[in-house]
Amino acid sequence: MSKRDYSPFGPDAKRAVESGLTAAEWYHTEVPRKVMKDLMARSDQPAIRDTIILYGSMIVLVAIGIALWPSWWSAPFWLAYGVLYGSASDSRWHECSHGTAFKTPWMNNWVYQIASFMIMRNSATWRWSHARHHSETYLVGRDPEIAVMRPPELAKLILNFFGIIDVIKFVPLILRNAISGPTPEEKTFVPESEWPKVQKVAIIYVAIYAATILSAMAWHSILPLMIIGLPRMYGAWHHIMTGLLQHGGLADNVIDHRLNSRTVYMNPVSRFIYWNMNYHVEHHMFPMVPYHALPRLHATIKDDLPPPNRSIAEAFREMWPAIKRQVLSEEYFLKRDLPPTAKPYREDFHQYVPGMMRPAAAE
Amino acid sequence: MPWIDACATDDIDEEDLIRWDHAGKTFAIYHSPEGDFFATAGLCTHENVHLCDGLVMGNLIECPKHNGQFDYRTGEAMRAPVCINLRTFPVKVEGDRVFVEVA
Repeated sequence: MSKRDYSPFGPDAKRAVESGLTAAEWYHTEVPRKVMKDLMARSDQPAIRDTIILYGSMIVLVAIGIALWPSWWSAPFWLAYGVLYGSASDSRWHECSHGTAFKTPWMNNWVYQIASFMIMRNSATWRWSHARHHSETYLVGRDPEIAVMRPPELAKLILNFFGIIDVIKFVPLILRNAISGPTPEEKTFVPESEWPKVQKVAIIYVAIYAATILSAMAWHSILPLMIIGLPRMYGAWHHIMTGLLQHGGLADNVIDHRLNSRTVYMNPVSRFIYWNMNYHVEHHMFPMVPYHALPRLHATIKDDLPPPNRSIAEAFREMWPAIKRQVLSEEYFLKRDLPPTAKPYREDFHQYVPGMMRPAAAE
Repeated sequence: MPWIDACATDDIDEEDLIRWDHAGKTFAIYHSPEGDFFATAGLCTHENVHLCDGLVMGNLIECPKHNGQFDYRTGEAMRAPVCINLRTFPVKVEGDRVFVEVA
């Protein structure tokens, strides 16, 4: 039986508010104002380049996939298209929801809307859930984007490498949004003024998926669904792989991103797909820094952070045993050592909330 | 309403802001790219984050926590997640000093 209650209406959520945890000031590394201004500076050029590469590649790959369909020779092209559709859309959704990818607002908004559709997230809802994720990262009951709840359900985590759990959740939710607007849970983080948008976006999504399914039925072929919808499943593995590493196995109910987030050095292809969100401690500490400046931010503050994992494989070797251990002991979490140059973790930051940062649980 | 001597004009770079605390309240004072000065409440209306760590872009101030934006000349909320306008305060410059009329 789980002791943590992740419901926004449950006792953990209530305790987080009553204890002052939700209003607490988070730890951040000191960075001189002029340096930070330079890091925060916006530019259209990197994101325009990357967006042309992304959408251009998708068009070429899907065209070859269609040309070779239904031969198995088309499979590699669909697999590559799927990763760009079902995984790169996650990072585009994310960065554009912050409004930092492009300098020009309408460019952020357009890519955000397209990416939200592809990753199957109501664009009018998830903007707000992500704001909460940043305010109250991994505070139980408050953060609506906790990917690995404790005790973890390993089967669900594995199924989601194929988007199965996400899609199973998405279908009834988008239908419900289309019929009656946001759910009671969504209303806890979406302002009332935005509720009509939630319904409007859902109606558009449902209409597009209905047209795609009708096309598939009319042509007696799943080809339309290979282009729209299914890539969210057969291409999801990369964003699940990288997404789990963001916070998996680390602390919850703390107010220091060095304790609940993970930075991982990754290969250039994964960094393109992931838009540099492998610098995840840095991103959470300074969400105004655009993705293209995160490597520079990392170089600036790395002496105050736990050493990054050296690769995706190494990070999984650290995270996966911790997640498995949490199945039996949900209080367990990884606490990484800080370099001697870093300011120490402040236990008193976290200890005023009952059950948090129990030293015996950390290793 | 009293005019309070808040800072020197060269305390704030162009297209930047500083935090200014007075009488138990916190304010943000801006130096626009056109060379004008403005003042607003110092905390974002979304989740009470200090705007002084944010980014000034033209006539917009972006909150450092959730990237919500305000037009600091009028206080108008310009980008989600901010929905409530920011309070503004009159500013005047005399010599090299910036004065804010606090309510």
